[in-house]
Amino acid sequence: MWRFFHKLGSPKWFYGIALQLRPWLLWVGLALLLGGVVWGLAFAPKDYLQGNSYRIIYIHVPAALLAQSVYVMMAVAGVVTLVWRMKLADLFVRAVAPVGAVLTFLALFTGAVWGKPTWGTWWIWDARLTSMLILLFLYFGVIALGAAISDEKSSARAVAVLLLVGVVNIPIIKYSVEWWNTLHQPATFKLTEKPAMPAEMWVPLLLSVLGLYLIFGWLACLRMQTEILQRERRTRWVKELVKEAGY
Amino acid sequence: MHPIRKKRLTIVLFVLAGLATAVGLTTYALRQNINLFYDPTQIAAGEAPLDTRIRAGGMVEEGSVKRDPDSLRVAFRVTDYNESVEVEYVGILPDLFTEGQGVVAMGRMRPDGRFVADQVLAKHDENYMPPEVSDSLKKAEAMGKTRSDSGSAY
Repeated sequence: MWRFFHKLGSPKWFYGIALQLRPWLLWVGLALLLGGVVWGLAFAPKDYLQGNSYRIIYIHVPAALLAQSVYVMMAVAGVVTLVWRMKLADLFVRAVAPVGAVLTFLALFTGAVWGKPTWGTWWIWDARLTSMLILLFLYFGVIALGAAISDEKSSARAVAVLLLVGVVNIPIIKYSVEWWNTLHQPATFKLTEKPAMPAEMWVPLLLSVLGLYLIFGWLACLRMQTEILQRERRTRWVKELVKEAGY
Repeated sequence: MHPIRKKRLTIVLFVLAGLATAVGLTTYALRQNINLFYDPTQIAAGEAPLDTRIRAGGMVEEGSVKRDPDSLRVAFRVTDYNESVEVEYVGILPDLFTEGQGVVAMGRMRPDGRFVADQVLAKHDENYMPPEVSDSLKKAEAMGKTRSDSGSAY
């Protein structure tokens, strides 16, 4: 197991794996995402109370879920950076931080659009919305800190520490709706219980969540490959790769 | 695992545990500020300050909504099925405002125990269902009720 783990640290090895994985992630992910979103937006039944406006859930929930998982993945990569000093972990953080920021913004934006017709307000400073906004600022912080320090190694460590500090926010987002009185409703999906919506509503949601995870994987691979080529531009394998491509 | 890495991992875990404790204690101390609204039980217990802008939240009691026919004035009771608070509001209610659904009102507590709201927001729950399912649920509930009613009549 450790051998595989150490092999994972090799940018060249990862570059090859990512190249093979990418088409699968893209096409399967796109099929699932489009299938789920079209099914959800056009064919799923409407809600008894909210009517059609609840359909934004098929974008809001996948975005919010992924925004949080991406941060957790980045924090795990941060631990790997601090403990194992693996270059690839830092590459991952740099590649996906902007993606996570965009997803967080999308979750906040769709939430606001959903909140206006249902709650009666675009924004309210309740625990769920505020902690999600903090997540957006954490993403901005990670991106800015990573760009501010030019030395690769110290930059990676500083970013990793910030990631660790910020990961405390994730359980706060998750449980905010249970620990405090909020305007945001509690989770519809719980690991231990049946979902509080019928299958013809949650199956398309599940499809779009899975699809977005795969699309994220594709984007992460693509962006990491770009980062790898940039950082390893002086190594022989990259030079050969460029020569083969005919540039 | 290499001893140096083990040591680093321990430090990382210690830092995480410390941070979690610090943030946990802070949010626990600030829980009254983080709570978006007071529920009727807290208000009845006198926890909500008088004559400052606060939010009160809970369920709109069934059959309690009284609309003034000449103006936008509405009065209703907000309950948590334990205590309830009388709320007065002048203005347009959100679409999702119905009896039996959640609501969060912003306003002031009057000394006579009434809550005068200047903003009312609807709070919906985590349950979603198609209209047909909700209709048949309501029908089943109504049937259950008449059955028990007729039962008690005997």
